[in-house]
Amino acid sequence: MIPSKFDYVKPASVDEAVRALVDAGEDAKILAGGQSLLPVLRLRLAAPSVIIDLGGIPELRSISEDGDRIAIGAMAPHHDVMRDGLVTQHVALLAQATATVADPQVRHRGTLGGALAHADPAGDLGAVALALEAEFVIVGTSGTRTVTAADFFVDYFTTAIGEGEILTQVRFPKYTGWVSHYEKFNRTAQAWSMCAVAAALKVDGGTISEARIGLTNMGTTPLRAPGVEAALVGQAATAEVVRAAAEHATEGTAAPSDADAAADYREHLARVLTGRAVLTAVG
Amino acid sequence: MAQVRVTVDGVNYADDVEPRMLLVQYLRERLGKTGTLIGCDTSNCGACTVSLNGQSVKSCSVLAVQADGTEVTTIEGLARDGQLHPVQSAFNECHGLQCGYCTPGMIMAAVDLLGDNPDPDEHEVREGIEGNLCRCTGYQNIVRSVQRAAQMMKPGSGVTSEPAPVAGGN
Repeated sequence: MIPSKFDYVKPASVDEAVRALVDAGEDAKILAGGQSLLPVLRLRLAAPSVIIDLGGIPELRSISEDGDRIAIGAMAPHHDVMRDGLVTQHVALLAQATATVADPQVRHRGTLGGALAHADPAGDLGAVALALEAEFVIVGTSGTRTVTAADFFVDYFTTAIGEGEILTQVRFPKYTGWVSHYEKFNRTAQAWSMCAVAAALKVDGGTISEARIGLTNMGTTPLRAPGVEAALVGQAATAEVVRAAAEHATEGTAAPSDADAAADYREHLARVLTGRAVLTAVG
Repeated sequence: MAQVRVTVDGVNYADDVEPRMLLVQYLRERLGKTGTLIGCDTSNCGACTVSLNGQSVKSCSVLAVQADGTEVTTIEGLARDGQLHPVQSAFNECHGLQCGYCTPGMIMAAVDLLGDNPDPDEHEVREGIEGNLCRCTGYQNIVRSVQRAAQMMKPGSGVTSEPAPVAGGN
């Protein structure tokens, strides 16, 4: 099907984009990589009157080192993120999860910022951003503000990005030397995660000194699994410890039931995948 | 209306298009490049895969205006001087198709994969064409075709046209 009619604006700077967004009013939509938006427009599930394409702002694609953080432009395509040397060295979990997103064609176009701003709870990158305590840089008419991942994800497809605001950058603390793994369970190739677990751990002399666990599609937003993290820290990274810790994976979750999986099956998956994610990470 | 200037299969075009026009519509309906197919309404099937600035994309999920200033290669632009591209030859030799509907997209995805990884193992081929569906489920021969193409594209491989084994062969 063909999308409904819309006006198209391609600003050359973030300031211009914010002005265009304010001028267009609440019926405007930001176009990042378009790999979620275009299908939605085609199915006419959305019919914005104005599309503001961020594709004409090259600086939004940059990936750079900024002190103790890796700063990734919101328009950096998945394909670039998963292969970038800074990302693979300092934020390996993000590279690992990004490599599982959709398929090569979608990863060429889809962007980190677009995926996070879309905030589909079945999307793979929210759990990673949350677990790794990323910061979100948001620009609007009143300037720039930074929001923590914990505050960014508000609800189903809803984030802290306000009216007239644009997500411009996502900043990840460095996790240099940590081990990590993203364990995803889906029905077919390129399908959304029924459930997935993001795990990053710091292991010193066989003992887990820090742990970050994020859950995909176990609620209306990405979730952390603090019970699992607490059960892992200070323990030896053995299979027995990991399996016991994984039993805490569903604490505080509200798994959805849909055509792919009932809530209790997702809860089972969360426990099993947590075990696999941590054990694979610690190798 | 918005203007799009784009190079498609080596030819420059400048056209006024509605912003809502999809790249696949532009290719098929404006330029007559009907070798690029539309197979689904959900962005899953990959039949519309083309190369945009050297990267495979699903042309149903790109607006024509987003292709402004880019270079697009479709299945129709792969052959050179009447000579099929090695990936096309390999699909022919190894019977990498049944009904053929997915073939243009499969070949474009395979060209992208081999540009990135010239010697993929079977698993890497399957991952590389993950964005393309064959509703005939003819994946065995598609994978063989891609690996055969890799062999043919190896510099100095000296491979001639000896067919690779196909399913149900011997």
